[in-house]
Formats: sequence, structure tokens, C-alpha cells
Amino acid sequence: MTTTHFAYNFAFLDEDTKRMLRRALLKAVAIPGYQVPFGSREMPLPYGWGTGGIQVTAALLGPDDVLKVIDQGADDTTNAVNIRRFFSRIAGVATTEHTADATLIQTRHRIPETSLREDQILVFQVPEPEPLRTLEPREAETRTLHALADYGLMHVKLYEDIAQYGHIATSYDYPVLVDGRFLTSPSPIPKFDNPKLDRSPALMLFGAGREKRLYAIPPYTQVQSLAFEDHPFEIQHWEHQCELCGSGESYLDEVVVDDRGTRMFVCSDTDFCSGRRLEAQA
Amino acid sequence: MYVAVKGGEQAIARSLELLAEARRGDQAVPELELAQIREQLRLGVARVMQEGSLYDEDLAALAIRQAAGDMLEAIFLLRAYRTTLPRFGYTLPLDTTVMRVRRRVSGTFKDIPGGQVLGPTYDYTQRLLEFDTTAVASVAPADAPLPPNMPRVLDLLDAEALIERIEAGSDPEPIDLTREPLMFPADRATRLQNLSRGDEGFLLSMAYSTQRGYAESHPFAGEIRMGEVDVRVCPEELGFAIEIGSIVLTECQMINQFHGGNGVPPQFTRGYGLSMGEGERKAMSMALVDRALRCDELAEPNYAPAQNQEFVLSHSDSVEASGFVQHLKLPHYVDFQAELSLLRTLATKHATESEAPAQSAVVEGSAA
Repeated sequence: MTTTHFAYNFAFLDEDTKRMLRRALLKAVAIPGYQVPFGSREMPLPYGWGTGGIQVTAALLGPDDVLKVIDQGADDTTNAVNIRRFFSRIAGVATTEHTADATLIQTRHRIPETSLREDQILVFQVPEPEPLRTLEPREAETRTLHALADYGLMHVKLYEDIAQYGHIATSYDYPVLVDGRFLTSPSPIPKFDNPKLDRSPALMLFGAGREKRLYAIPPYTQVQSLAFEDHPFEIQHWEHQCELCGSGESYLDEVVVDDRGTRMFVCSDTDFCSGRRLEAQA
Repeated sequence: MYVAVKGGEQAIARSLELLAEARRGDQAVPELELAQIREQLRLGVARVMQEGSLYDEDLAALAIRQAAGDMLEAIFLLRAYRTTLPRFGYTLPLDTTVMRVRRRVSGTFKDIPGGQVLGPTYDYTQRLLEFDTTAVASVAPADAPLPPNMPRVLDLLDAEALIERIEAGSDPEPIDLTREPLMFPADRATRLQNLSRGDEGFLLSMAYSTQRGYAESHPFAGEIRMGEVDVRVCPEELGFAIEIGSIVLTECQMINQFHGGNGVPPQFTRGYGLSMGEGERKAMSMALVDRALRCDELAEPNYAPAQNQEFVLSHSDSVEASGFVQHLKLPHYVDFQAELSLLRTLATKHATESEAPAQSAVVEGSAA
């Protein structure tokens, strides 16, 4: 067998593929919340592990970008490390753990606590782009429902939650209406993060590789979390504060610290937490 | 102190070392050569090429070795490589009637023009473990070579107008599923493309289900043939076709009963399967599933899983399925935390309403 010294293009994907992705992204930005089908490529990471986000990131990265990758809000979870390692290896871009220093942030399951700016892009990894999928498995059917803006199914689901449990029993991947038109999955972020989607100064892009869909929330777009007048949207609250930095307004992870089930609560956003601790020391 | 998620980078590096060590095994045993895999594990190589959608025996052998024999991982490796390859052009449609046949059987006629040819098959091996076989079999040459052009069995029925006709030119240019997303409803060419990349085990089960009453299609194996087919391209600057090589294919044409409907008279219908290399199980399964998926076109009741194109086509790909099933091992702390707090709220409410003493699922103390 002949050994070929194969050279990968900057950021892995060839330029034609990047162009295809950017065109799809432009369409997504032009129709906020609409799921744009795209020619998702097979990536050297497994489906379900961020292949959509990676393709969006690859299409956007330039040599001067500074990339941050988080999973569960943390920079040092193994999958985040792996994706960051992939891009520094294949694109040689600078990486950072500081939200404020990044030009492009790829995330799974969280939006950073630190407010984002107009010159930043947030790329979400999306496992299931279709918010109606658990209610209607047929794709041909859900596309029709979106075309007709017929979201009765979801309203009935939320109503039944209230009738049965007294609450809307969705705590993450909480459905939103983007720009008053498309029902959209915010990806499996906790509903705690939903308010950060509304009129965000940063462009938010969503990539679902396995399902081959892209969508976007352009800067300053109205994003409403679904609710009823007598059951307004609420986010999670803790009786605890972060045990490391003392924050009372961040999303907290619950950690079991011994075999008697003792818990401690810490910030899920590791950069936010360590920043606060540094400030406290100063 | 809280350290649970720290050190991901180091952990990955150590894990890669352990993997390399485990893959190599006992270093006193010589490492497998790619030629050994290519020559002696040829059916595994064929499956990896087929589902990896890349016809390259050496690369498939490399992937199998790197994946330590895990076929789905090898398929994934090949796909991840394939995705980076540029497209120079597309081949002309392959003509399997001029296949250099090495195996060809029909379950519908006792004798057929060109004859039944068993070729290399496991069908009649009796499956006894051969504990001491190192001897190389010598093959006795045939009395006469096989005819170069074997007519398809289904064409014999076609002459009598007993089987549905596929009109020349009725088959539209297929889309490339690795470049364009699968959309529903999908036409037959797109469905076949999806099935050909689909997991053999999944297709086998789906096909099996059609034989057990879930979309019974009364199939007969009209013809299965395996052999080499020439691959030709027609470069624009030349304007005529040139041969660029040949590949081994297995083709299966099923014949299925059809009682008529949708304006079509009672006749036999076709199910089609094609696989790279020797892949008879795959080709036969594919042909059965292909036929089941034609239910809407033939106005048959659509009720079984194998007839549901969204169900079959969305779940056939092992790389997609394997990735998504296994992504559950990634951290979901944040979502789980969200569910925990919701469940506590609901449990408290339930306890208050039923006036039963609340289970103390309450967090006690903390360790700083």
C-alpha cells in the first residue's frame, strides 16, 4: 500500500463545503428560527458529540479567531477538551477559557454567565433540532406544522403538564418562539439560560449534524419562552450559593462529595466561577 | 476539594496510550499486516467498504486493524476519511449484465441460461470448526469458462410481461446523500442509496420482519450474482468513456407477488439490493426492505415498520446510530440538575397534596 501524506485543509473541511455551510447559515440568519436542511458532512467525531457545532465552527473560523469550547458550562470536560484540541490541531487557532477573550464560543448545554458582545458568535451543538419531534416523529409532518405555524401540539403538551403536575414539566430544551414566528429548540440548555437568548447582542448559531439542520437567532432578535398568562415562564432558583465563589445568580451543579450523599453546589460555568474567585482574592 | 471534571486533557492523553497498548496486544505476537487482513478477512473488508461507502481494500484493512476488529468503528474511520476526499467526477452506471460472474444462483428456476454457479459460499460448509486446517485448497479448473454475458433471470419474466417493467430513462439521476440531506418523502434511488450505506444487522432485522407478517411481500430470490464489474468514467475533456478499473459486487433481485392496485395489473414486482464485495446477506436484506418501502407507490397498506420510510431510512445508518446512542455517556450534569430540581418540586407538591409525609429527599449540609 502506498502511504499518502494527506494534508487536511484549514479547519478540516474543504473550502467548497465551508461555502455550502456559510450559505446555509446566511439563510438561517435571514429566517430566524427556521431549520435549514444542509449537506452535513461526516466528521471525525461521532454523531451526537457535536458534529453540527463543529461544522459551523469550521465554516466560520479564520486564522485570527480565538476559540472557546465548553460542555456543561465547563472548559475542561473531556468532550470540550477534545473539540478544542481538534481545532487547535487542524486549524492552529488560538484558544481561550475566558469568555470575554473569545471571538467564537462553541457550547453544549449552556450559555456562558458572562454577557456576550456583538463581536462574539455562540455556536450551539444540537442533538434534536425539531422541538416537536417527541410529539410528532414524522419529519414530513413537522415541516408542514412549521410552515403553517401550527404549534397547537406544543401548547396542548404544556397545558397538560400544568393540568397534571401543576407546572410545566420541561426543565431543559425548553421551547421558544423566535421572532414571533418559528417554534425553536434552544438545544438542551437549562431553561435558566433561556432569557439570555432574548435580544442577545451576539449572533447565535445552531448546528445539528446528525439531523442535518442549521438554524440561527440573529443579534437582538426577540425570543420568547412559551408560557401562559396565568402560568408565566420561570427559571430555576437555588436555595444555595456557589460554594467556591459565592455566586447567588449563576446556574449551579450539584456535586455528591461523600458516600453519605452530602452535596455541594458549584457554578457550572467554570470560567465565571474562577473569575469571581480571582476578583475576590485581588 | 472539587476536582471531578478537572484534567480532561491529561486523561484523554493517557486513555489514548492505553488504547494503543490494548489494540496491539501481546507484543510477542507479530502485528497483523494489512495484506493479511485484506486477503484473509475479505468479507469484513467488504462490509467496511460497503457501509463506509469507499471502495478501497487497503484502507478498509487499515481501518479494521486500527479499530481492533470493531466493524462499526472501522466503518466510522473510513467515513471520516472519505468525507475529506475531493470529487473528480462520477462513473457511468455499472452494467451488471456483463459482470464476470463468480457466483450466480436463482431460487425461481431449476435451470437458467448460463447455469447456476455456487462459487465460493459458506452455504454448504456444515459449519464444523476446522481445528487443523492450514492446508491450502487446490481448485480444480472448470471444464469450460462461464459465458461472458449472463442474461438476468428477471429479464426472462419480462419477456412474458409477468414482471413490472422498469422503463429506460424512468430512473432519475440520484442525489448524493453524502452531500445533500435526506428529505422525506424520499424517492426510490435515494432510498436505495441510504440502504446501501445502512447497517447490515439493521437491514437484516427489518428484512426478517417482512417475512414474519410485518408487511408480507411473498418474495422469491429471482437472482443473486456476484463478480467483477468494470467501472467506467466519461471525462468531459475526452468525450468518450474509459475504463478505470473493476470492482466486485453482489447483486440481488427479488421477485415479489403483487395482486394489483393503483391502476397496475397483478404481476410480479421487484426488490433490488446491491453490495460492494461479497455481501450476499446485505444485498438480500436490502432487496426485501426496498420492496417493502415501495408500499405507497403500489397502494399497499402501510402499517409495518419496514414499510415506514422515515422509520427505516432515519435509523439505518450505524455511524449515526452508534454516535447518538453512545453520546449518552457524555456529561449531562446540567440537564440532570434541571430535572432533579423539577422532580423535587413535583415530589413536594405530590406529598403536600396527598397529605402523606414527604420523603426526605432534601439536601443535608454540605462539605466545603
